Amino acid sequence: MIRVSDLKKAFGRKVVLDGITFTLGKGESLVVIGGSGTGKSVLLKCLLGLETADQGKIEIAGQIRPKPHEMAAHVGMLFQGGALFDSLPVWQNVAFRLLRGPARLGKAQARELAVEKLARVGLGPEVSDLYPAELSGGMQKRVGLARAIAGNPPILFFDEPTAGLDPIMAAVINALIREIVTEMGATAITITHDMRTLRDVADRVAMLHEGRFYWQGSADEALSTDDAVMQQFTQGRTTGPIPTLR
Amino acid sequence: MGAVLSLFGATGRSVAGMMGGIGRFVAFAAIAVSHLFRPPWYGREFALQLIQIGWLSLPVVGLTALFTGGALALQIYAGSARFSAEFAVPSITAIGMVRELGPVLGGLMVAARVASSIAAEIGTMKVSEQIDALRTLATEPMKYLTLPRILAATLAMPVLVAVGDAIGILGGYAVGVSRLGFDGPTYLRNTVDFLEFWDVASGMVKGAVFGFLVALSGCYFGMHSGRGAQGVGEATKSAVVVASVLILSANYLLTEAFFSA
Repeated sequence: MIRVSDLKKAFGRKVVLDGITFTLGKGESLVVIGGSGTGKSVLLKCLLGLETADQGKIEIAGQIRPKPHEMAAHVGMLFQGGALFDSLPVWQNVAFRLLRGPARLGKAQARELAVEKLARVGLGPEVSDLYPAELSGGMQKRVGLARAIAGNPPILFFDEPTAGLDPIMAAVINALIREIVTEMGATAITITHDMRTLRDVADRVAMLHEGRFYWQGSADEALSTDDAVMQQFTQGRTTGPIPTLR
Repeated sequence: MGAVLSLFGATGRSVAGMMGGIGRFVAFAAIAVSHLFRPPWYGREFALQLIQIGWLSLPVVGLTALFTGGALALQIYAGSARFSAEFAVPSITAIGMVRELGPVLGGLMVAARVASSIAAEIGTMKVSEQIDALRTLATEPMKYLTLPRILAATLAMPVLVAVGDAIGILGGYAVGVSRLGFDGPTYLRNTVDFLEFWDVASGMVKGAVFGFLVALSGCYFGMHSGRGAQGVGEATKSAVVVASVLILSANYLLTEAFFSA
């Protein structure tokens, strides 16, 4: 479903991705962990075509280096801050793609589908006419999640899904992601620093360190490995091989 | 010698940077306009922008024109009285309004109101990843955000200019009749008799060009906004400054083209 080989990306002299290679099969959930500024979001943006990779091969749902508009039918994305459109009410945010393009639905049908997706993420129909600014952070994440799954895409990307949320809300979002990924049979990539997300969402874990997938394994292995880099990161130690000033 | 060389170097870098900026701005304009000829088009966005840019700018353009027309009548009266040519006040006020002050001051007021709001809105969308989100939802931001704004401003500005012209002439009329002792019907007859079609049309053409430049500047700096509040603030400031300078320079070029002997 997703094949990436020797992916490289640099900004000026700063090499961010230095030969990322991995394959992700249908229905697999990969969680990518790594320190701030190590290129996790850049990796997702390269996969989505929002950033142009300097080198390497990206194949998603059978398409080589697809453009963002070609990806829309295949990929749903939950952005870190939700990235909801301020000028549109919640239901139009969720149904954004369904209301536009050659295969667009009628307004009533799109609204019905949006309300259905909102219900799937635990939000009632009374939310659908509110604007994003009227929602709490947790509700915005849920709306972003509803928008990501609105077109039933076979691939889902989540960028820091629990960032800025309290532990209870973070657990709720993690559980929702796991349920939705499982019931849709979707292939998922989640970027996170949150060890709870790692435990709840991952089939596989990859540690992005110095531009490469430094370590890969299961969630249990990630939390019990003897590797010093992994231990420092997963246990949040201030001393170890990962510099704290970066 | 070293100081002279470094001065030349710095000047060269500044000029090269400015030329690069102009090139990017022109390329951005060409890409934005090219979307006019390629579907899909977003009619709802265009209609919304017509209201935002056109309808909601009416109060500021109208008030600017009203006071400018009044002040212009006072100034022309004071000047023409030196040559006993007070009769020329209505015609010169009208010509001054429709050819120059209506479009230029209207354009500058719209630049302050619209270029800033477009740059701040699009800049915030960029910073909060809404532009990226649009792309992942198969929606081209240049088509969805830029084209409707540029088209709406280009079409709304001539109408704003025409309304501003009428209000400006009315301001001159009010001052002429109430303060300068003109007879109302005579003032209006002098205004209408001396105004030619091209006087009004040239101002409206200028308005269309200024509207295009205002929206283009807002969209360009919004799309190229830096990170955070400072980046959006900088983009907003640049959008207004560049739009204003472009309006004044385009006004000179258009005046040369339309009215030079």
